[in-house]
Amino acid sequence: MIGAAAQETTTARRPGQSARLSVGGVLMQIAIVLAALMAVAPFAFMVTTSFKTYASVINNVIWPWFPLGSEVPQLGNFWEAITTVGWDSQWGIYLFFRYLANSLIVAGCIVAGSLITSTLAAYALARMDLPGKQVLFVLVLVTMMMPEDLTIVPKLVMMFNLRWYNTYLGLIVPSLVSVFSIFLLRQFFMQIPRDLFEAALIDGMGHLRFLISVVVPLSKPALLTVGLLNFIWAWDAFKWPLLVTRDSSMRVLGVGLQQFMQGQGTQVHLLMAFAAMVIVPVLVLYFLAQKQFREGILNTGLKG
Amino acid sequence: MPGLRRLVSRKVKERTLGYALLAPAVLIVGVFELFPLFYGFYISLCDWRLGCQAIVGADNYLRGLQDPEMWYSLLVTATYSLITVPVQLGLGFLIAVMLFQRARGHELFRTMMFLPYITSTVASAAVWSYIYSPDNGLLNTVLRGIGLPGLRWLGEPAGVFALMAQNVGVTLPGWAHGPSMALVSVSIYTTWVFIGYDITIFLAGLVNINAELYEAAKVDGARGWNLLRHITFPLMSPTIFFLLVVTVIGTFKAFNHIFVMTGGGPSDATQTASILIFQQLYAFNRYGYAAALAFILFTVILTLTLLQNYFAGRRVVYE
Repeated sequence: MIGAAAQETTTARRPGQSARLSVGGVLMQIAIVLAALMAVAPFAFMVTTSFKTYASVINNVIWPWFPLGSEVPQLGNFWEAITTVGWDSQWGIYLFFRYLANSLIVAGCIVAGSLITSTLAAYALARMDLPGKQVLFVLVLVTMMMPEDLTIVPKLVMMFNLRWYNTYLGLIVPSLVSVFSIFLLRQFFMQIPRDLFEAALIDGMGHLRFLISVVVPLSKPALLTVGLLNFIWAWDAFKWPLLVTRDSSMRVLGVGLQQFMQGQGTQVHLLMAFAAMVIVPVLVLYFLAQKQFREGILNTGLKG
Repeated sequence: MPGLRRLVSRKVKERTLGYALLAPAVLIVGVFELFPLFYGFYISLCDWRLGCQAIVGADNYLRGLQDPEMWYSLLVTATYSLITVPVQLGLGFLIAVMLFQRARGHELFRTMMFLPYITSTVASAAVWSYIYSPDNGLLNTVLRGIGLPGLRWLGEPAGVFALMAQNVGVTLPGWAHGPSMALVSVSIYTTWVFIGYDITIFLAGLVNINAELYEAAKVDGARGWNLLRHITFPLMSPTIFFLLVVTVIGTFKAFNHIFVMTGGGPSDATQTASILIFQQLYAFNRYGYAAALAFILFTVILTLTLLQNYFAGRRVVYE
């Protein structure tokens, strides 16, 4: 099932598809443009709102700037949003920056950790002769199919017992392996010709040297994809970080944004400024590495 | 035979290394994915208050099965799934076919449509909550701009058919009220988020269809709908089936955006099973009960997936 999607690539285009001008064709083009505009309209609404005054927001002014109005873009909204969120007395910084730091720490550790664990495991599964590895692989795939709800209660109890509740360990360690990443890297490693390893063996390399000095450099695109996807997932995580933390100083950006919405959500221009600051890092990454993104998602998909 | 011994020892060494490479991943998956499965089942059998106070057997399950709130949440989840899945896959397929035929600006539009999928769920849900805001949201501003009354969107527990009928002065019986406006609003957001993913997968499937098949069919005089019906649909069936299974499972697990936008309200109109489980755990600290509900939900998802496999899976054509 997943294999069916995994084989597909998006690059090839069918030849002889030149667009003929017809009524149907024009209608289709209009429909596509409309659909694309609807996809980005909420972002435009978010960005414009984040530059408005509160007065313009409550008076439903859609464009209060030149040439329709006389307002100037309220760049100060972003700083006001940051200061309105609150103060983290533990580190002596604005709470927003603490959320940001937490998100970066958690996402960074998860990306690094899952890259290491999945590279090692994927190599062993793809290239080494190990009895019982098929059983292991099936087991790993089964965990992939299980809904998060099933394990969330026991995982939370385990966090209490381990005294990891409300700590970085609790936010990070359970996510250090991504089964999808193992799956994706295994597919990629299997494509590396066996001859290459035979040659390396004659040169006196073992598996470990071969993995580090041949497989990893050859797999840079796949590793980049895995890293990006894990970053997106970690950045997007909400349910677990909400459940496993108690103090505001332990919250990640997503949870912080939700709490801000509950508390000060009526100041919509600030809420939109906050949301924009959460979305922008991911958008930048997306535009820098679009191809890796799409191919990675084709191979794995699934967003909570 | 020293050669054989060397070979054997190399084999042992290789295996040791292999298992060592697997160890970190297996350990973490084992501790945080597999073990919790059994531990969760144990908790679901307990009267759990800071620990297992007493084994109560199937009590939590029986309570779940007798709880109207549980059944209602399953109904809400199923309704959500029934609205979202066909709309999302239907629209996604349509747009993918159109994008595939019309190359003009293809890349740019695809990038635009994919954006909602990769952005942070909480942030985009916050933006949509504002878009749906009854006072100064974008939708009501537009509605009032063209002279229509505003709607309550996410805050409206009444059924959409009931609302429509009300407009023309008809009162519908309870069973015909339809899904709540709030749930429909959530479904619109869900479609907005996931359609870019569906389009990407559909396009990948369309690219793989051999162009010669279309040429041959055209020589035989087939056009438009017939091409779609006899070539595109059958050859796309593995892709469609894959997306169907993934999307149905996705709707049954849906949590983040619903929690952010409505928290399950108004008056439980958007309380899906996943939200109910979370509330039992987070708000009421009912660990045993929440664990039992999770197993009930999992049974439902598993049954649905098997049923889909049985009924839809048979219609899938593999090349």
